[in-house]
Amino acid sequence: MTEPLLKIRDVGKAFGTLRALSGVDVDIHPNTFHGLIGPNGSGKSTLLKAIAGDHFADEGTITFTGIDVTRATPWQRSRLGLSLKFQITAILPELRVYDNLLLALQAHQSIGGLLLSRSRHALDVEIMALLDQFLLSSQAERLAGEMSHGEQQWLEIAMALALKPKLLLLDEPTGGMSPEERRVTGELLAPIRDHCTLIIVEHDLNFIKDICDNLTVLDNGRVLDGGTVAEIEGSAKVQKVYTTRA
Amino acid sequence: MTGLPAPLNAVIPTGASRERRVVPIIELAVLAILLAYPVFVTLLTAGGETLDFNNYFVIRATSILLLAMLAISFDLCWGYSGIMSFGQALFFGMGGYFAAKLATEFGVTNLLLVASAGMMIGTLSAMFVGWFLLLGKKSPSIVFVSLGTLTSSFAAQRLIAGSQWLGAANGLSLSELPTVFGAELGVGVFFYYVALLFLFAAYVTSRILVRSQFGLALSGIRQNEGRLAFLGYRLQIYKLIVFSFAGLIAGCAGAIYAFCVGFVGPSTIGITTSTFAVLYGLFGGVGTLIGPVIGTVVIEGLTVLLSGSDALKAYWPIMLGVIMLVVVSYRPGGLVGLFVTERERFGSFGIVRRLKREAAHDD
Repeated sequence: MTEPLLKIRDVGKAFGTLRALSGVDVDIHPNTFHGLIGPNGSGKSTLLKAIAGDHFADEGTITFTGIDVTRATPWQRSRLGLSLKFQITAILPELRVYDNLLLALQAHQSIGGLLLSRSRHALDVEIMALLDQFLLSSQAERLAGEMSHGEQQWLEIAMALALKPKLLLLDEPTGGMSPEERRVTGELLAPIRDHCTLIIVEHDLNFIKDICDNLTVLDNGRVLDGGTVAEIEGSAKVQKVYTTRA
Repeated sequence: MTGLPAPLNAVIPTGASRERRVVPIIELAVLAILLAYPVFVTLLTAGGETLDFNNYFVIRATSILLLAMLAISFDLCWGYSGIMSFGQALFFGMGGYFAAKLATEFGVTNLLLVASAGMMIGTLSAMFVGWFLLLGKKSPSIVFVSLGTLTSSFAAQRLIAGSQWLGAANGLSLSELPTVFGAELGVGVFFYYVALLFLFAAYVTSRILVRSQFGLALSGIRQNEGRLAFLGYRLQIYKLIVFSFAGLIAGCAGAIYAFCVGFVGPSTIGITTSTFAVLYGLFGGVGTLIGPVIGTVVIEGLTVLLSGSDALKAYWPIMLGVIMLVVVSYRPGGLVGLFVTERERFGSFGIVRRLKREAAHDD
């Protein structure tokens, strides 16, 4: 098997006396879609935030592309090719949709170049392509905050994908979406498999089953089970947790 | 894209219609007024055959132009980058004291040299303060930054008030007149236009900065700092650059100001001037650049006009306080906010296209 893109080893995290994660081991392999599932409070979001750098793990290591990023800042992780879409949409509501994407695309450029606005025109092609890919071409001139919730989610996914990350973290990408919008979101994400690895935290198990290759099930901050979608569906341990607490 | 439902694209109304832009009109009007003012005043006060080029109202107006530069530097911090600088006068005063010392000890009166020295000392002191306040691993809170800048300004005021070499509580007087290329400038109409030129240059560079792609990043920092970090921006560096550039403008203004009023004192570097910088900005409208300029001109202009009457002069600070409260409570956008929409204030950064209505029908 290929070397994992992301190696999580023995990661633990506590908030005061509450242990949110303990001894978590997960491997994420390149160009796979990996779902993180589990009941509420099982530690999914805490794990995702530790991977993104929103907070640091108390123990254990997180290795990304062979580099230890356990205590790296968010911008350092971003430069290594890690990108993230928040649970709460965090687009910039007062800016045009177009400028939101420009902001994402220019993020790794030199400050000198940005002061001189060197790439303003060069990035236009990429921005228009992204808008097209995420069905937002007709929205380019609107303020991002004026769009519907589903469109804001798509814009945010587009922003997260703008810099062609190696690993994209999606925290509840279909939260608050209509069934039709969920289906479209699945279709929008499918083509990125060629160049990007995905970790998804999501409540909608049907969405997860359709899109993911592998699943990790968390419960009480520990890994309950892991494997392919089929394996997890047949897992007695997982069935027990989901049926007893649903 | 094929295979996707066209209605999703089509039912949503296309973008908002383009609004008329108001800011450029306000900017041109302010520039026209500032250009015409000395001519107007000089002609109006001409006694008999002679024109008085050193009219009191022109000299006072010159100092207001320089205070407007201070207000711009505050706007760059608070209005554009979310750095609440309650000590902007520190850099202004640093420029002033440096210029005064250069003139009195070394006889340097060349205004270009003086202004450059002010820029240098302003930038360096802002970098020094910013290094402490802004370069933490986690982004500092607004309260931390505002208290930090306030304390720096207050500390400078107290240190200088205790230093005989810097004139202690009496400050330093400059009897030297500024020169430009060896010619004496005086403090009247010609000095006014030189000060206006500096204000104009500061304004234009600031405007280019905030409307550049760098300015787009600042706009993002102001709206959602956390998001920008995850996109890969080094927020602290961005903030330090803006803070230092604001220091450069304030230092330059302070150095020229020292020559304009012929004096620098502890209050120039301390809390009083710092607070006024905040007032000019909030009153005129932060995040617009032109707002703080208007705020300075209106507040300081009224102060000059009212100082003629002793009765009004006594109540002016109270009236000013009440006006400020009203503006901040009911018009957080300031004076300019009455005319400029939020959409225009945030503006656009990348290429702006005519709306593509056809796009919705293509599918």
